[in-house]
Amino acid sequence: MIRTTCIPLPVENVDTDQIIPARFLKATTRAGFGDNLFADWRYLPDGSPVPDFPLNDPRYAGAKALVAGRNFGCGSSREHAAWALADYGIKVVISSFFADIFRGNALNNGLLPLQVSEELLQRLFRQIEADPATEILVDLENQSLHIPALDESVTFDIDPYKKLCLLNGYDDIDYIRSRREAIEAWEKGLRI
Amino acid sequence: MQVADQPKTLFDKVWDAHVVERRPDFPDLLYIDRHFIHEVTSPQAFDELRRRGLRVFRPGQTIATADHNVPTIDQHLPIREPLSRKQVATLEANCAEFGIELYGLGHERQGIVHVIGPELGITQPGRTIVCGDSHTSTHGAFGAIAFGIGTSQVAQVLATQCLLQHKPRSMRIEVNGTLRKGVTAKDIILYIISKLTTSGGTQHFVEYAGSAIRSLSMEGRMTICNMSIEMGARGGMIAPDDTTFEYLYGRPFAPRGKAWDEAVARWRRLPTDEGAAYDAVHVFDAHDIEPMITYGTNPGMAIGISRPVPHPADATEARALEYMGIEPGKPLEGQPVDYVFIGSCTNSRIEDLRAVASLVQGRKKAPGVTVWVVPGSKQVEAQARAEGLDRIFEAAGFQLRQPGCSACLAMNEDKVPSGKYCISTSNRNFEGRQGPGARTLLASPLMAAAAAVTGKVTDVRKLLESAALATI
Ligand code: SF4
Repeated sequence: MIRTTCIPLPVENVDTDQIIPARFLKATTRAGFGDNLFADWRYLPDGSPVPDFPLNDPRYAGAKALVAGRNFGCGSSREHAAWALADYGIKVVISSFFADIFRGNALNNGLLPLQVSEELLQRLFRQIEADPATEILVDLENQSLHIPALDESVTFDIDPYKKLCLLNGYDDIDYIRSRREAIEAWEKGLRI
Repeated sequence: MQVADQPKTLFDKVWDAHVVERRPDFPDLLYIDRHFIHEVTSPQAFDELRRRGLRVFRPGQTIATADHNVPTIDQHLPIREPLSRKQVATLEANCAEFGIELYGLGHERQGIVHVIGPELGITQPGRTIVCGDSHTSTHGAFGAIAFGIGTSQVAQVLATQCLLQHKPRSMRIEVNGTLRKGVTAKDIILYIISKLTTSGGTQHFVEYAGSAIRSLSMEGRMTICNMSIEMGARGGMIAPDDTTFEYLYGRPFAPRGKAWDEAVARWRRLPTDEGAAYDAVHVFDAHDIEPMITYGTNPGMAIGISRPVPHPADATEARALEYMGIEPGKPLEGQPVDYVFIGSCTNSRIEDLRAVASLVQGRKKAPGVTVWVVPGSKQVEAQARAEGLDRIFEAAGFQLRQPGCSACLAMNEDKVPSGKYCISTSNRNFEGRQGPGARTLLASPLMAAAAAVTGKVTDVRKLLESAALATI
């Protein structure tokens, strides 16, 4: 169960080049991408913060949820986008639509892409604008999102296999390696 | 067993043949025939293997190249930028440690991963192909299932040669009829994306069909499949036919002799069966397509060159026009450009360079415009020189550089300065994609060449007077 305030980013089609610009992809480890999350929107060319960008707004400090416009994460397959969000401390991204590869990358990094209706998304934006301290509660086990200030509770979809992985810290490599016999049989053309 | 006479799509045939295991409520366990890696999305995957004490399961099925942040001049010298140098060196060390074939800097087969796979004949019909790069969809032009993956999945494929994947929905996009003069594969795909939007293909795997698609060369088909991801699709594919087989025949990794004949016989069974069903179908008429150009900050914001830039429908579109410094309500023709980039896995193959050369032959670039021609691979570069295209470019004042991704994503030194306009044959016009503040106009190689000689956005048809060019 996650209880958190939200960072609003009411922009549609946020692409992975905005989440983490390509020039920051030169690291050879996973750590530290959070500092460059949304770098070109967040910092001026001289490195100082853009005052009205939500990540720089003290009212949203410490939030674990990012609320963004539809088609979030379109563009490249760079997993660095998910790493940057996770490294920054984001646990949940709420949008009315996610790009496919981003959705998968997020789930592979313990980051929950939570899809809501466009109507609820817009209400949530208005609510956060009216009260930046608005809290949400995310219950992965029961697949529910609760927004007390809106008196709203909705369920969300998640791939059952991925839910299992998220809840148990279970992982694809372990699972696929356990299927080695079947894989080798396939390679021999047995297709069992 | 699958019922033999149930009609299947091309996509179904290839997918189903690669399912190792299918369990209810689980993603399919899908076998991956070929895996491409590059320096940017692989280092953390190799770390993952080391952390778990694993080897690469089938090292012979992974192929590596350095492309994303390599310099495009003086490739024989050490890379100047320390972080890029480190990434390329890390790839070399990882390939050596794990026994993976590397076509790295200096190798005669080096190039953009999606250019070298097909040109070496590694990309073949009926295969499953993945790479930690969204434009892996390019390889679908051969009737392969090819898609981009994240780094965690790169580690999975290295460790197991498999992926867990839900089978996507299927979409058929037909383009029928004859293309008009000056209209190319790039214009077809920009047109399709402008109609379907950047999320129109989400959760689908696309099959492109119809007489206009069929008439394209392999290069053109690759351009189309390449940009499938720009409408959000997982990938795109085109049924293999004689054009495909002719392209592949004799390539280094293509089957030979009897094995070739057997392969062709197998590949001929891949095209979609009569009556097979798709989850979605879109049909377009080639005659409606004119040379295209983008005006905004996603590839769906594209218009025919004679059309006015639309008035923004919402805040996101208004923001895009503001970033681009473009006014709605009038055509883009005449918009001055500062840079011209001919390159990227979308349009850097020999046919693209030939098209550019044929247009600029006997012409010169406009003063003040910087023109970069970046071939997709060492082999494309060598062929361009062998055909004398280098001399045409030189005479026109174009810079023919060395292969790599270059200004497509500006990870190396090839950056477009802030506020400058670049007409580009690449695939993404996102904010800052070609450098912070850079303004990208996506178009075909012909349209880019036309802008290079006039210094402004130009309807290429106006320069295509000579009859010899009418068929390009
Ligand atoms: S050329 Fe551009 S799109 Fe293609 S692989 Fe390189 S960076 Fe990606």
